[in-house]
Amino acid sequence: MTMRQIIMDHYEHPHNKRTPAGSDYLSIHMDSVSCVDNIYVYMKVENGIVTDCAFDGVACAISTASTSIMTDLLIGKTITEAETIIKHYQAMIHEQPYDAELLGEAIVFMNTHKQAARIKCATIGWNGASDILEHTHHHE
Amino acid sequence: MDIKSIRAQFPMLTNKTMQGHPLIYFDNAATTFKPRRVLEAMNDYYLNYTANTGRGDYDLEHITDEKFAAARHTIARFINADDKEIVFTSGASMSINLIAFGYGNKYLTPDDEILITQAEHASNVLPWFKVRETTGCQVNFVPLDKQGKLTPENVAKAISNKTKVLAIAHVTNVMAFHIDLKEIARIAHEHGAIVVVDGAQSVPHLPTDVKELDIDFLSFSGHKMCGPTGIGIVYGKYDLLEKTDPFMTGGGMSTGFDMCGDASFMKPPHKFEAGTQNIAGAIGLAEAVKFLTEIGMDNIAAYEKKLRKYAVEKMKALPNVEIYNETAEGGIITFNIKGVFAQDAATHLNSKGICVRSGQHCAKILIDYLGVVATVRFSVYFYNTFEEVDAFIDALKTGGDFLDAYFA
Repeated sequence: MTMRQIIMDHYEHPHNKRTPAGSDYLSIHMDSVSCVDNIYVYMKVENGIVTDCAFDGVACAISTASTSIMTDLLIGKTITEAETIIKHYQAMIHEQPYDAELLGEAIVFMNTHKQAARIKCATIGWNGASDILEHTHHHE
Repeated sequence: MDIKSIRAQFPMLTNKTMQGHPLIYFDNAATTFKPRRVLEAMNDYYLNYTANTGRGDYDLEHITDEKFAAARHTIARFINADDKEIVFTSGASMSINLIAFGYGNKYLTPDDEILITQAEHASNVLPWFKVRETTGCQVNFVPLDKQGKLTPENVAKAISNKTKVLAIAHVTNVMAFHIDLKEIARIAHEHGAIVVVDGAQSVPHLPTDVKELDIDFLSFSGHKMCGPTGIGIVYGKYDLLEKTDPFMTGGGMSTGFDMCGDASFMKPPHKFEAGTQNIAGAIGLAEAVKFLTEIGMDNIAAYEKKLRKYAVEKMKALPNVEIYNETAEGGIITFNIKGVFAQDAATHLNSKGICVRSGQHCAKILIDYLGVVATVRFSVYFYNTFEEVDAFIDALKTGGDFLDAYFA
């Protein structure tokens, strides 16, 4: 599949786009001031492992697809692995050196800097996940 | 109107590019470009006659005072007001807040009602919510008609003797209908309500005569009419300005005060202008007003109408475009490319050098009415051309390929 097919596929058929039932999920509301994007990111962390990750809400193609791909990548990872993936993704978005091996399908967003106004869309879900993981450290 | 010579006066319309294409600016409802003479008028103040206003102890200050007063006079003439009815603010948002806090909070009671509409900009909604919070009054909505327009009939149905304030935009920032403001004001006055008009999207585009319309307050922003940012206007009928409390207090607006806390204030407009004013901004806005007046507000309105009609007809011929305000008169077209999220459509246009706004356009309660999450807004000013519309139409045709913006 080409990069644009991957984005369209995740936009039209997003993975893990749901509001999980149950009180054992950490969640964060990501509401962009500058655009319509308005999503919740959910994560379940058990024994230092991200056992589930989901999102729900209203979002454009770029934020929907990037968050969908992110949920696939983070499920099953340790907190440290998840944080590393997010760090490399952020580096890619901001044109810094990154390890493409870690990012899987998320490398389709490597050109986001061409439309700099959309960096917020490509990172809204990732920032949410990062904030949730940060929160887990304070409660260890 | 000689568009070519008009455009030559705007640095932003000269040899600018975006994403490798000539820059085409269709976000004029957000802000507008400035002709060189506005910037020169402001520079003149900073370079040649800098002084504060309101004292006149020396010649230089006297010159500044006269220029500042002349700016007020120019702006007053532009909307057929008296000089003393023109208050300088930082922009339309501050203007509406001044009216809401200075008049609304002072006079409204729990038995009273403020009427607004679902199409208002946040700046003409949230200040009235604050008045409700403080006074216990109600804020109710006049229903829009099927097309999204405010009609005198619906105002007549909604209004009652409880209504003390009718706060509406002359032209709204998403739907852009031209309303029958004169008739609406007449109906409101019959019920004893004052009419507070948000002119942010109308004063830059239409001839405005506050006496002919018989409206009580009018607010507008300089930057949406070729003027600088950070300057705006409240017009108020003089007797209402006298009854309105100052929104801010401080230097330059009091006639005296003592240690017991007794203070007396200057007459309007000065009682509303605490602190050093945005002198360069006022002078820049007056220069913009002169520029618009030389072109002629009738000419501007007629040209924008033609431009809008041309764009709407071309957009209607595109099967992938849905327009939400086809029958409106203002230079704003609200639309979506079918199957493309509004912001993705805007990025696609960005990749072609075209500036449009996507989202909810600060009219977040209108979205329920339109039944869509977000829209794209195209908005013209008199310096836009038919050729620019053609380029916009060509870009819309390939809107389905919006991911090209990242991979082309």
